[in-house]
Amino acid sequence: MKGSEIIIESLKAAGVDTIFGLPGGMVIPLYDALYDSDLRHILVRHEQGAAHMADGYARATGRTGVCVATSGPGATNLVTGIANAYMDSTPMIAITGQARSDLIGTDAFQEADITGITEPIVKHSYLIKRTEDIPRVFKEAFYIASTGRPGPVVIDIPSDMQLEDIGYKPAGRLNLPGYKPTLKGNMKQIRSAATAIAAAERPVIYAGGGVITAGAEKELLALAKLMKIPVTTTLMGLGAFPENNDLSLGMLGMHGTGYANYAVTHCDLLLGVGARFDDRVTGKIATFARGAKKIHIDMDPAEISKNVPIDIPIVGDARDVLGGIVAELRKLKRRPKQTAAWMDQVIAWKQKHPLHYKDFKGSIMPQYVIEEINRISKSDAILCTDVGQHQMWSCLFYTHIKPRHFISSGGLGTMGFGFPAAIGAKVGRPDKIVIDIAGDGSFQMNIQELATAVCYDIPVVVCILNNGFLGMVRQWQELFWNKRYSDTVISCQPDFAAVAEAYGALGMTITDKKDVSDAIRTAIKARRPAVLDFHVRAEENVFPMVPAGKSIDEMIGGHRT
Amino acid sequence: MKHTLSVLVENKPGVLARIAGLFSRRGFNIDSLAVGITEDPDVSRMTITVDAAEHPIEQVTKQLHKLINVIKITDLDPERTVARELSLVKVSTDAKTRGEVMQIAEIFRARILDVGKKSLTIEVTGTTGKIEALEQLLRPHGVVEIVRTGRVAIERGGK
Ligand SMILES: Cc1ncc(C[n+]2csc(CCOP(=O)(O)OP(=O)(O)O)c2C)c(N)n1
Ligand SMILES: [Mg+2]
Repeated sequence: MKGSEIIIESLKAAGVDTIFGLPGGMVIPLYDALYDSDLRHILVRHEQGAAHMADGYARATGRTGVCVATSGPGATNLVTGIANAYMDSTPMIAITGQARSDLIGTDAFQEADITGITEPIVKHSYLIKRTEDIPRVFKEAFYIASTGRPGPVVIDIPSDMQLEDIGYKPAGRLNLPGYKPTLKGNMKQIRSAATAIAAAERPVIYAGGGVITAGAEKELLALAKLMKIPVTTTLMGLGAFPENNDLSLGMLGMHGTGYANYAVTHCDLLLGVGARFDDRVTGKIATFARGAKKIHIDMDPAEISKNVPIDIPIVGDARDVLGGIVAELRKLKRRPKQTAAWMDQVIAWKQKHPLHYKDFKGSIMPQYVIEEINRISKSDAILCTDVGQHQMWSCLFYTHIKPRHFISSGGLGTMGFGFPAAIGAKVGRPDKIVIDIAGDGSFQMNIQELATAVCYDIPVVVCILNNGFLGMVRQWQELFWNKRYSDTVISCQPDFAAVAEAYGALGMTITDKKDVSDAIRTAIKARRPAVLDFHVRAEENVFPMVPAGKSIDEMIGGHRT
Repeated sequence: MKHTLSVLVENKPGVLARIAGLFSRRGFNIDSLAVGITEDPDVSRMTITVDAAEHPIEQVTKQLHKLINVIKITDLDPERTVARELSLVKVSTDAKTRGEVMQIAEIFRARILDVGKKSLTIEVTGTTGKIEALEQLLRPHGVVEIVRTGRVAIERGGK
């Protein structure tokens, strides 16, 4: 069996059915083996698209996404996608071709040291040196990518290793002496957490993407309900807690809700779970939840006390630990009414500072488009986003109720992520309505994947909130740089509907508010790739906003004070 | 305070690059580094000295632990550790000064490795303190070149 066929066998052994990629000289043998296999390969138009598709596929399904590229430029085109997966802890395998092993190090044609280039942005990587290592490397790679705190793993395979004909021996038992993720939380820590929660008068739970990775949403809901604790989520955590529950505070941080930011600022106990106290969440670190005792549950020990000192650290799987805390609290059988006053305060903040925006006559408000998508999809679509203002409105004006239904580039903030991620999500979840909320700037960073969506008939609905600006940057310029709109006006905008039609997708331009919901309905019903170009109010801002370096309760705009 | 980390790693290609990369991108400075094989051919040991005044040692070790090829990290307790470095010092000497330099070397139990017309090469092993003291004394004579290893360290007694 050839190395290339062993790769296919190894992928199948890992349970893979779909991969995303684009061939080139150094992966011709692999593609030749693919030709005869029943693995589904989605041919992309740019390797960055393949990486984001694998990422979106993984986030929507919980399974590991796989992308393939040739050596050199193919591999370097994956880099942004790998970095994106790393920052958001997505399980992903990136397979790259490499120059023949005897040529490595000679600056051979299309040689790039991709394991070197990606070293800072991978969970692990392999450069295969012997064909017989392929099964073991694949087994290890999938295990590493998908367990513990997930992340991308790169496997670089010289072309001669793909060609060499050897016997196929399936991988043996895993032997990774340096990799043993802690799953079970320490009982003593779980007990002290339970005691602290029972004693708290003003508790808040701050939940991140780790809750979704661990599948811990039930345990989270059980804990919140049992102790009547309000829950705020990070961008990555949206969907980990149902926002239609009274205990939901929505998102916190730089563009968080007023009530989430006030609650976190004034709580006496903060339970962080599967979140990493990122600067977009904490604002000024010295004042973040300043009076609170802090519990932090995380899979990754290095996240604990990295940015904010923690009183009760618990390393482990969020589901196991939250389950353990709930069990302990039930044993304590104490449920004092001591948080009643706090809940009253939280409700008062919600009433006093609801999310709102001003409706401008004659304009389509971008927030309104999101609200309509929310209404029409009954909060049940998989919503993907690009990066910018439209992303924040998608966080704020959509009701996130289910995990793995909101897919957005959180850590890296990658413009161009949303559309390919939506394609990947739809491939993984063909049963769901998948909607990409795009910016007019971001969409053009991977617009070529329209061909992929049309070619494979992957019916995602792209809703461009077209404001004619690199809006989020413009907002900063407006607020903090004297309205000097240096290079944030997007002139020479294409006619997006015409572009979509040219690719063979459905294209529509919407300039009147009264046409918004019809357009959304039509596109969903069309069951083919669609692009809706909503011309929205150009200089609308995302509020509330915590200016850089300020405490998160020092918000400007968007909430009544 | 200086910490000496004794890090057992899988003996695989690219491991040193991963560790060096991790230190540089997290902004941790390596004071010294020594790498060698161990009693087990599949395992190498890296002895890394870091300044913990600049970086919380806990973050350094936790980040190191995240590398898949890192098996075990021990933050060596200086009280219970024997540490050594080796330094080769080339000092310029002539017929007149040679004797004096050799005397200094002898006090430090350093060995003379090479005697040339204009220079003398000395090998000294010991703690950082001892090596630095010798280098200080040799400096006035004109130190041509110093070649120093990183620190290696081992725990006393025990297993
Ligand atoms: C690849 C990349 N380049 C640049 C940026 C910086 N950036 C962040 S938001 C933004 C504007 C995005 O514009 P658009 O997609 O139109 O979204 P809007 O903010 O207008 O909704 C830019 C340029 C980025 N996040 N990613
Ligand atoms: Mg825009």
